[in-house]
Amino acid sequence: MSDILRQNLLSPIALAFALGLFARLVRSELHLPKDVYAGLSLYLLLAIGLHGGVELAHASIATITAPAAVTLLLGVLTPVSSYLILRHLGRFGEQDAAGIAAHYGSVSAVTFIAAQQFVKAVGAEPEGFLPTLLTMLEAPGIAVALTIGVMRSQGGSRPIGDTLHEVLTGRTMLLLLGGLTIGFVTGDQNWQMIAPVFDTKGAVFRGVLCLFLLEMGVVAGSRLGDLRKVGPFLLAFGMIVPLLHGSLGAWLGITAGLGVGGATVLGAMAASASYIAAPPAVRLTLPEANPTYYLTAALAITFPFNLLAGIPVYYRVAQLAHGS
Amino acid sequence: MHTIPLSLVTIIAEPVLEDRLVHDLRRLGASGYTITDSRGEGSRGVRASDPPGVSIRIEVAAGAEVIDRILEMLAADYFPNYAVIAWLTEARVVRGEKYLTR
Repeated sequence: MSDILRQNLLSPIALAFALGLFARLVRSELHLPKDVYAGLSLYLLLAIGLHGGVELAHASIATITAPAAVTLLLGVLTPVSSYLILRHLGRFGEQDAAGIAAHYGSVSAVTFIAAQQFVKAVGAEPEGFLPTLLTMLEAPGIAVALTIGVMRSQGGSRPIGDTLHEVLTGRTMLLLLGGLTIGFVTGDQNWQMIAPVFDTKGAVFRGVLCLFLLEMGVVAGSRLGDLRKVGPFLLAFGMIVPLLHGSLGAWLGITAGLGVGGATVLGAMAASASYIAAPPAVRLTLPEANPTYYLTAALAITFPFNLLAGIPVYYRVAQLAHGS
Repeated sequence: MHTIPLSLVTIIAEPVLEDRLVHDLRRLGASGYTITDSRGEGSRGVRASDPPGVSIRIEVAAGAEVIDRILEMLAADYFPNYAVIAWLTEARVVRGEKYLTR
């Protein structure tokens, strides 16, 4: 276990993240220009969509059905469990709990990518159709948590339909689904023409990922000051609940027929917290929810935790579940 | 040139509110608006956007009635829960008829 933990920490993406964190801590003005960051994320999302779509064309409906069902189950389960834990154990207010739960019910594409890279590095090749599962996990968690929040509010909140529409037409969804569709339809031969740029096992993708994670480190670092404001419960929540959700996801992945690699990635998805799609959705629909809680938890606690320690743990769980 | 006096309301808000604010301003009678990207901090210290500190600045020139409606709307729908401030300045404009809708 300590071997794979160490191997993970020494990977270029983890180190780039650490560099960004360090830069922020020593108050360097290093940061990626906002538009460069947006451009890199566009590339990363499109690449996973495209490559995933090409691979999806090779998969049979039979192999995808059980993992898809399990993914949807996780999408509904994780926001509810998060809400209940925050509300009843953490004594958070209803709006705050629902707002945070919306983040943990959804998914972080970058955590997905990091998990993919990890399992490829340890030789547990994940199924190619996993990006399809990624798209299925984005919206349900947000929808469920927002519904809980709106039901519990005093009214005057924005209709969920509007927010859902925004999430489903947001750039993440569009790039992933659009990429999947293009990859699926265009076929292997055409894929070869663009594979040198968009192959998620290729050097370009991995290099861009390092740059992107450097900026993620700076962003997470800028939120570290808020850790003091969120309290010890949320701090613990941000690490323990991902461990729970991630282990459950990895175990369910194995039972649904995924390999060790695929189950690890599914676990990482279940464990991850969105910080792109969820924050604006929550801000607009649950204005009383304190953004410091959900932004800090997702960015400064859970994302680094999953990246540096969580993913190897879900891998171990997947191995154990597979072995037995 | 012939100018008429108008009020200019400047609103500083979280970027996530842009679409909704523009929709509300239009609904209340603003004939147009200008948005600039800005950054800064407020009295409550809530860093609600990511990256933190980034905001949008919306300016609307309109007659007194529309301005009043806008300020009331902001007080009811935005001030309580969002990082939004607004202030008025007096301006003189040419082609005044462009700004007066109702």
